Amino acid sequence: MELNLTAQNFDQTILQSNKPVFVDFWAPWCGPCRMMGPIVEELATEMDNVIITKLNVDEETEVAQRFNILSVPTFMVFKGGQPVDQFSGAMSKEAMKERIKKSL
Amino acid sequence: MAIRPYIYINMETQKIIIIGAGPAGYTAAIYAARAELNPVLFSGPQPGGQLMWTTVVENFPGFPDGVYGSELMEERMKKQAEKFGTKIIAENITAVDLSVRPFKLTTSSGQQIETQTLVIATGASAIWMNVQGEEQYKGKGVSVCATCDGFFFKGKEVAVVGGGDAAMEEALDLAKFASKVSVLVRSDKLKASKVMQERAEAEAKINFVWNVSVKEVLGDGNKVTGLKVLNSQTNEESELKFDGVFPAIGHKPNTEIFKGQVELDERSFLIKKNCTSETSVSGVFAAGDVADPRYRQAITSAGSGCMAAMDAERWLKGIGDRG
Repeated sequence: MELNLTAQNFDQTILQSNKPVFVDFWAPWCGPCRMMGPIVEELATEMDNVIITKLNVDEETEVAQRFNILSVPTFMVFKGGQPVDQFSGAMSKEAMKERIKKSL
Repeated sequence: MAIRPYIYINMETQKIIIIGAGPAGYTAAIYAARAELNPVLFSGPQPGGQLMWTTVVENFPGFPDGVYGSELMEERMKKQAEKFGTKIIAENITAVDLSVRPFKLTTSSGQQIETQTLVIATGASAIWMNVQGEEQYKGKGVSVCATCDGFFFKGKEVAVVGGGDAAMEEALDLAKFASKVSVLVRSDKLKASKVMQERAEAEAKINFVWNVSVKEVLGDGNKVTGLKVLNSQTNEESELKFDGVFPAIGHKPNTEIFKGQVELDERSFLIKKNCTSETSVSGVFAAGDVADPRYRQAITSAGSGCMAAMDAERWLKGIGDRG
């Protein structure tokens, strides 16, 4: 099950994790985000060397603004507390896995 | 939520496989399932199709108060297809071999599946402008989903590139958030329907820039700052300031994996014979936007999906259970 991030646990999760952290920035009105929902959930069970998380940009606007999110879905990978990759748009599970693996 | 592994129902040859999960694909599935053909549908990279990108669909018959695109696709059409027994597999088809019988399909997880008949309902994808800066700023100010991303441009100035219904819809959606929406049109008139033109013209925040083509997307390294455009009448280039750019210039059919195996027209649309869904390959049928450069409506796609399933059923009866 992917972890839901909020302003309260964001920094702690990103900074204190010894594994890379993947964040799915999504919004409830966004069709492509809903398409990606089940895919991200599956990644959470299939990739145990990454922490899979999601953040609702409507509820957590400040966090989204901090990272200058201008489009949903946008995905970011953090390593050692720093962003190492960012990409946007719906894609297949295989394409997403490949993209995440590039940062691992 | 239980995660279902992608185990195929059985490895025997299927009677019918449908590639695509838009109105054409799901309607074909409903009809094929009710004809007891046990259809398998591959939903591909955009399950639900282009309607997932819209808000309210007002012109699909049967919904006088309109219906949300995602509701129509996920909560209605998909459910209906599943109700009658369609097996929906959330993978892409990455390759096909239509030179053999039964036809062979390769999936994105590397599995092979065979089928006697095939319905191609892969639809069409948004065309990008293909100018410098566009790729760099995708997701950072360049977007093809106004309904998804309008939110991020509250009080900002944005551009919609295009002159058809899609461009008008995007402009109207964006006007809910942006302070100014400029519609950049290549010629001196719109291709959009009368209704949509009138609505866009009546919206105070929307203005039109005529006879321009986009030459480059400009940015500051982090996000979009504007567009370089060329005026075809004056031959002058100028830079216009925008915080967001929304290309809405059209769609191209998703026929890459069928090139060289099924006859395509000069714009890569699948060619259908006479008024049927038959393609140049016997047993392969086409439905929806992938074979329709003219109408491209949800209802015409749904109708053609029905036709494809009925043609496939007829084909199967004609040859019995051969292959």
